[in-house]
Amino acid sequence: MVSFGVLLFPGSNCERDCLHAIRDVLNRPCDLVWHEETSLDGIDCVVIPGGFSYGDYLRAGAVARFSPVMDAVRELAERQVPVIGICNGFQILVESGLLPGAFLHNSSLKFVCRWTRVSVEDTDTPFTCLLREGETLRLPVANAQGNFVLPPGEADASGRRIVLRYDGGNTATEAASNPSGAQDAIAGIANSEGNVLGMMPHPERSFESLLGSEDGRKMFESAISWIESRNSRPGAI
Amino acid sequence: MKRFSVRIEVKFKPVVLDPQGKAVLNALCGLGFEEVNSARVGKLVELDMEGESAESVARRAEDMCRRLLSNPVIEDFSVETAEK
Repeated sequence: MVSFGVLLFPGSNCERDCLHAIRDVLNRPCDLVWHEETSLDGIDCVVIPGGFSYGDYLRAGAVARFSPVMDAVRELAERQVPVIGICNGFQILVESGLLPGAFLHNSSLKFVCRWTRVSVEDTDTPFTCLLREGETLRLPVANAQGNFVLPPGEADASGRRIVLRYDGGNTATEAASNPSGAQDAIAGIANSEGNVLGMMPHPERSFESLLGSEDGRKMFESAISWIESRNSRPGAI
Repeated sequence: MKRFSVRIEVKFKPVVLDPQGKAVLNALCGLGFEEVNSARVGKLVELDMEGESAESVARRAEDMCRRLLSNPVIEDFSVETAEK
């Protein structure tokens, strides 16, 4: 059975939401992995949850990237194991160089906490393989530094794998639809292989209609389906 | 071994928009400081270090900047050393 691992850094605060989503809603095994662990053996999918690792001091994610567990994450990422970083987890993946770009303070300079709509732009990743291109997901954001920028010099995202964009993009309604002012309204980006995804909205908070949306669940169901079909292929690792 | 005070400045690259700097600029203009054309907000890190020479201390500090204190994607840094 597909087994998940949720990393835990000092200052993470969304790990319980992830555990609940995976164990109680999806009924899949899920371990909490302390950041000092050096092995992620037996884990089929790594989740780096949101929060304020190391108090977000210096830069969000800047200190967490040096935790011992991140070497193990890098190793799994190279072996095409699906890795998802949510909010602060996305910031950690960017600081560690597993994803391109960087984060600035929100253009409003305010902490934003509200529902957004994001459209799916790339369905060829473990986390979006059951979704349709152009499908809209209702997911909440909660961050102060979600203002994603591509490396300077990249005028647009044409060479990158943009997986999720705030719906509406860079239009007149940008302020309403793009909560942090992210470049090209980028809400989620993958590495060139597609197995490492970072996203600012919280899919783990949208697993149950009671909480306003079930759309985030589809992303984790995608990951399960992707891993199961990979494992069933002959010669699979 | 000598002791040095090391002053590290980390700033956004000129091409990177600085939301904090923009808010500071707006606030200054609001206070009547209309002669201000732009404002950029950076970080200052002060270290007390030991080393053989100013050069070797600066090299270590630059290594710190590249690995942790700055994000080379969006930030530049400068290092000044002074023997204590």
